[in-house]
Amino acid sequence: MKAAVTNVGAGALRVAEEVGGIVILTGQTLRALVPPRVDSRELFKNLYKMGNRSVPIIVLTAFFAGGLMTLQTGPFVKKLGATSLAGWGAGYAVLREIGPILIALMFSGRVGANNTAELATMTVTEQLDGLRALAIDPVRFLVVPRVIAMMVMLVALTVIGDLVALIGASVVGHAMLDIEWSTMYHSFADNLRPYDFLHGVYKSIAFGAAIAISSCYFGVTVRGGAVGVGRAVNAAVVAAAVSIMLLDFFLTYLTG
Amino acid sequence: MSLAAPAIRLRDVHKRYGHHELLAGISLDVARGEKLGLIGPAACGKSVLLKLVCGLEQPDRGEIEVLGESVLGKREPELGPLRQRIGMLFQNYALFDFLPVEANVAFPLERRGGLDARELADRVAARLRAVGLAGSEHKLTAELSGGMKKRVGIARATVADPELVIYDEPSAGLDPVTTQKIYDLLADDQARTGATVLAVSSDVVALARFVDEIAFLYRGHIVHRGPAASIFDAEDPLVRQFVRGELEGPLSEARP
Repeated sequence: MKAAVTNVGAGALRVAEEVGGIVILTGQTLRALVPPRVDSRELFKNLYKMGNRSVPIIVLTAFFAGGLMTLQTGPFVKKLGATSLAGWGAGYAVLREIGPILIALMFSGRVGANNTAELATMTVTEQLDGLRALAIDPVRFLVVPRVIAMMVMLVALTVIGDLVALIGASVVGHAMLDIEWSTMYHSFADNLRPYDFLHGVYKSIAFGAAIAISSCYFGVTVRGGAVGVGRAVNAAVVAAAVSIMLLDFFLTYLTG
Repeated sequence: MSLAAPAIRLRDVHKRYGHHELLAGISLDVARGEKLGLIGPAACGKSVLLKLVCGLEQPDRGEIEVLGESVLGKREPELGPLRQRIGMLFQNYALFDFLPVEANVAFPLERRGGLDARELADRVAARLRAVGLAGSEHKLTAELSGGMKKRVGIARATVADPELVIYDEPSAGLDPVTTQKIYDLLADDQARTGATVLAVSSDVVALARFVDEIAFLYRGHIVHRGPAASIFDAEDPLVRQFVRGELEGPLSEARP
């Protein structure tokens, strides 16, 4: 019994330590933005690496996510003779929930994990100390450009993914359920509001911040060589996934 | 601040990691322009002492003054101006693997500013020639051998002609010929700039030829300091056993 309580206490302390560390890094990142001096070479390099190279996987994921929504809802709307709502059903789910969450999870797996591995390797090979020894703040030089790049690119990829998902929903509706292109179009245009789209976009801003900060935090605080790098990547992906689900719930609850 | 003040002044410096007190009240002066070597058994705190001098770690207790400035309790941005006057070679090179050789060496100069592109390129090229790396400018550091990485590290540490140069194991893992070349290079450089040098090395023979004095760090204390030329005749049995590599003696008895 005592051992169980000790374990729970130790676990709680570890979580508190990690959360505290993430809060401190967030504060340092925000402070480094005042005044906004960002290394433009690092920023553009990361924008390209994190954004452009993620487009194919995001397009693929979004297309099938959109198609899947139509596939799930299509038979029911056809059975009820409400094909005019097929696009709305798919679009509403994709724009507000499925799109932002799926794209954020894919982004976390591809970009967040890579970012953690890169920073963690730099940490264990003393490159961060090397920067500090040269009077360069690693947060300003490495973390800030990555956080900006991840937030900007996740929003951009979500917008692209939303569009592709709607195309995927229409293609599947037409090809597999014989729903006319025009029916799908009007279903989107008549029933979806701009706020449905914006709701997903601002969620992606929050998801991007969560992925960026957690992936950077576990990267710069790694201990213990190659094994530590593996543990850091694992912790970053788990922390990002949990953060995404929690943020999604509370943002949906608070903002509808 | 007097010009006669030592370049490095440590008073009663303590540093503990967990239950292990690595440095237990170190007091040490290094005069301006002096070359001091630091030796001691593995994991006795030599590298930690170097990081304390550079402000990369903070002591638990004691005073540290470097080039007339205290490094205690200072935040990273406050240490920046002092660190620009210090060059540091890390044991594991700490080269930036996201940059080629030329950019690694140019890094301290770029960050400091004040040189136009032509002057900067000339200075980097001269430094690379001095360390025997002309022609390797565009290679990535991952493509280099250990000796070449060490030389890039030396070029980066010295390119801005710092007032204090800290070398952590400048010849570790190098063959005897390369070791001698490296030490000749360090000696030429010091003779040219008159910089203060603090060097840690396990190669006592090569180190003794380079530095003026050698200090022996053992169990958290400096137990010996004397002229480098007579280190092999030191009366202290600990030092004598260590520098001669004898298996029998107080060092072996003290070990578990």
